[in-house]
Amino acid sequence: MNRDTLISLYYDMLRVRMVEETVAELYHEQQMRCPVHLCIGQEAISAGICAGLGKDDFVLSNHRSHGHYLSKGGDLKTMLAEIYGKSTGCSGGKGGSMHLSDLSVNFLGATPIVGGIIPVATGVSFAASMKGEDSVTVVFFGDAASEEGVFTESLNFAALKKLPVVFVCENNFFSVYSPLSCRQPRDRDNLAIAAAYGISGAKGDGNNVLDVYGLAEKAVSYARGGSGPYYLEFDTYRWREHCGPNYDNSLGYRKEEEFLEWRKRCPVESFENKLIKEGVMSAGQAGEFRLKIQREIAEAVEFAARSPFPEVEDMFSDVYAGELN
Amino acid sequence: MREIKYSEAILEATDQCMADDPSVYIMGLGVTDPKGVFGTTVGLEAKYGCRRVLDMPVAENGMTGIAIGSALAGMRPIMTHQRVDFMLLSLDQIINNAAKWHYMFGGIMKVPMVIRLLVGRGWGQGPQHSQSLQALFAHIPGLKVVMPTTPYDAKGLLVSAVEDDNPVIFIEHRWLHGVTGYVPEEKYRVPLGKAHVVREGKDVSLVASSYMTLEAIKAAEILAGYGIEAEIIDLRSLKPFDEETVIGSVKKTGRLVSVDGAWRTAGFSAEVLAATAEKAFKFLKSAPARIAFPDVPTPTSWALANHYYPRAVHIVNTVREMFGKHTLKVEQVEVKCDVPLDVPDKAFTGPF
Ligand SMILES: Cc1ncc(C[n+]2csc(CCOP(=O)(O)OP(=O)(O)O)c2C)c(N)n1
Repeated sequence: MNRDTLISLYYDMLRVRMVEETVAELYHEQQMRCPVHLCIGQEAISAGICAGLGKDDFVLSNHRSHGHYLSKGGDLKTMLAEIYGKSTGCSGGKGGSMHLSDLSVNFLGATPIVGGIIPVATGVSFAASMKGEDSVTVVFFGDAASEEGVFTESLNFAALKKLPVVFVCENNFFSVYSPLSCRQPRDRDNLAIAAAYGISGAKGDGNNVLDVYGLAEKAVSYARGGSGPYYLEFDTYRWREHCGPNYDNSLGYRKEEEFLEWRKRCPVESFENKLIKEGVMSAGQAGEFRLKIQREIAEAVEFAARSPFPEVEDMFSDVYAGELN
Repeated sequence: MREIKYSEAILEATDQCMADDPSVYIMGLGVTDPKGVFGTTVGLEAKYGCRRVLDMPVAENGMTGIAIGSALAGMRPIMTHQRVDFMLLSLDQIINNAAKWHYMFGGIMKVPMVIRLLVGRGWGQGPQHSQSLQALFAHIPGLKVVMPTTPYDAKGLLVSAVEDDNPVIFIEHRWLHGVTGYVPEEKYRVPLGKAHVVREGKDVSLVASSYMTLEAIKAAEILAGYGIEAEIIDLRSLKPFDEETVIGSVKKTGRLVSVDGAWRTAGFSAEVLAATAEKAFKFLKSAPARIAFPDVPTPTSWALANHYYPRAVHIVNTVREMFGKHTLKVEQVEVKCDVPLDVPDKAFTGPF
């Protein structure tokens, strides 16, 4: 694997991590007045998957979308402005953190109704196949979303029409505070469910960006080659509370030790150590990256904080495309 | 007199219903988690066990059908949804099955179940986390729809809903959960389909429900300062709709403002006006008015949401216009203006 790819995988994960940590830190100022679902701990998945996608490929995702959006190349400034509720935000302040999009990079949208985005993404790939385009669509969702009926309905149709879509399930073992054990039978296997529809798939380590990248390459080229949909699932762990900037292990729904185990397997830090050890990158370089990202984030925060709020009239626009009458 | 929170009243009603009837069970996302659906289910699992108090897969449509099937077979499920928006996945089961089963099989079977829906509001909940769809449910024959305002009514209506033999949509506004009020410790019932006159007045009838009743109460206090005595009717139930109480009030006051925390077009506020026009037309001294949300999805930015939700000041001005008086500036009614109004009003903590 070439050095540039390795470095850019690292850079992307580090950037997402630093953005999320900034959001967490600034959230207490109460200027970001909307729910935020941070992806700290899960950065390797968005980075590894999106690194194998082109600009024309589509990505759609769920409530925990910041990493997906940024890794696909979504604009940081308009994302932060959206979270600040500003008119310069990617949705003009109408959506907030749970409704990001950036059409310039085909990040088509993220929505927080669990599972609801899966058929929509399948439909995007359906359009590509009808139009004869060779784009691939990737949809990110959590373990809980695979419990909704639309999950298997989408698998069925995608398989039926051999659609170029890659389903990416991020299994962090929890739906809010509810562990898998109260939602799914122990031996449930989504890979086997996909296979029952004739969909190929693989499971990987969601905290190992190279593992993700390798599987993504395979999945994307399979889908692009016209072989049909592909299902990927990655185990990982959300570090912070389900929604908000804090840690919530003290609530008792999961064990602190479990969290600490996963934190030892930090996707960013472990990859950084690996790259330094293998001489791909120096510690000094990593420090430079940090500084560069810090500057970029500071600028974006400044942009968001200084941007104007939408005007009252803006509330009434965009309900319909075109004129109503 | 004991004062407790609305959320505690819900919990107490659930607890008492479960204690009295082993066929009552409760199911919903997060029912057994440490937060217990905003405190409304805390401790139930420890008391009644995991067979009757259960979390569930994130599969609203399927799980609603499962609840319906269990109700047909003798159970009395209470199902919870932390946002109305999430239960939209289960509309097929609710509208096609729960609402019609009794009718389409000639009245030989019944679906006694309660579906608790929480309306999210504030802190940038936005388009998909704060919808108010009471009109949609009230439109469906076979469903009953209640939306209590006070802790007293929350408990009494929940007991009635659980004991009712029909599917009841039980709507709780998030900003009411922390409100306190007088609630008897023993089990009691508030009848479904009966409105409540919160305040008597001779000049204008304010017909409201749920959280908007609190805005109406505040408006009535302000109006009293200008010599206008408003009568406030808290609908409590939208289906059955207590027309009689509304019509009786309008016959007395001759003026109606229908206040609904939901969209204007085809909303429940229109139903109140229609009933009045049909049955109390000749008593009206001025055209009745509606206060509702503008016909747009909830914007996320607080700068927009501030202008989305009508408040007491809007009720006051609507009434003043009816009396031919100039409207008041927001500053004359409220202390704060350009600050976010996305957390519950401190003045609205009760007791109510
Ligand atoms: C249809 C629906 N049901 C319930 C919810 C409430 N909810 C929001 S996020 C969430 C957990 C989703 O878990 P998962 O999909 O595994 O993603 P994670 O949060 O773990 O990243 C739930 C249940 C929702 N948003 N939509």
